[in-house]
Amino acid sequence: MTEVWATIAALCAGTVAIKATGPLALGGRQPSERTFAVVSLFAPALLAALVVYETLSDGHDGLVVDARVIGVVTAATALVLRAPIAVVVLGAAVATAAARALGA
Amino acid sequence: MPVEVAQQPEASPLGAGVRAGLPFVLPTLALGVSFGVLAEPVMGAIAPILMSIVVFAGAAQFAALSVLAAAGGAGAAILAGLLMNARFLPMGFAAAPSLRGRALRRAAEGQAVVDASWAIAHRSDGTFDRGVLLGATIPQACGWISGTAIGVFGGSALADPEKLGIDAIFPAFYLALLFEEGGSRRGLAVALIGGAITLSLMSFVPAGLAVIAAAVAALIGLRRT
Repeated sequence: MTEVWATIAALCAGTVAIKATGPLALGGRQPSERTFAVVSLFAPALLAALVVYETLSDGHDGLVVDARVIGVVTAATALVLRAPIAVVVLGAAVATAAARALGA
Repeated sequence: MPVEVAQQPEASPLGAGVRAGLPFVLPTLALGVSFGVLAEPVMGAIAPILMSIVVFAGAAQFAALSVLAAAGGAGAAILAGLLMNARFLPMGFAAAPSLRGRALRRAAEGQAVVDASWAIAHRSDGTFDRGVLLGATIPQACGWISGTAIGVFGGSALADPEKLGIDAIFPAFYLALLFEEGGSRRGLAVALIGGAITLSLMSFVPAGLAVIAAAVAALIGLRRT
């Protein structure tokens, strides 16, 4: 259990520090135009990275293709049809569960 | 050179931010339940709930949990979690100019940066709506923490979260946020490059590193339009 508590304590402190760094370093200053152009593109870059990681991660730094792919395709379809986010995520879960029930 | 405070559009009131965050309660609740169910056998009852309160970062908690569950040790679990949260560093820099107050207050407000709030607070001009950033995090915290507790204590009554497809909620959630970012051609190009970077790295480096490496794709912003 010591390992569990050490992990929680370190992750808490580390996460607070990571999130505090930008606001502490920049304060209220506006970054330069070039910096700003880069920083405002972090969103699509990191969100796309998270989609890929959460779809294909095997949970141990490896890559696996499984029924989650069907869930993500379902979610994409729902998003194109402008469904609300609750429908998008539930659709993904149901499609993935159905695919697994059918043996995918 | 940095210039002194450029004009930030008016921020929404906190209450409007809370309302903007309400659609995320269900997904964060479901993810919290699955975290609680998976964490309880590894961490006991109290630790997962406390972790969801003080760490409050889904992807990092799952990453650390998977290391602990495989008896990988605290060091590796901490590294996995922190690498996963390293994305909050550039995200914090992006949001910083839109926060308010002196240094400590800004650092405290920066703690509200979570993926969904950050994404929906992001305005098309690149600034952030502070009211949405802070407000939208509150309902998500409620969903995530109460979900964890439900998973911990009710886990035995629930089926395997994978059978219910709950693990597909995370990518669907991020895809929805990506859609919400809207599509400039440049944003789309960055998303494709970022996704490709993560895909090509994730078999070789720790997961968090594969994610944060995608931020390199944003350098395309240096190109003139």
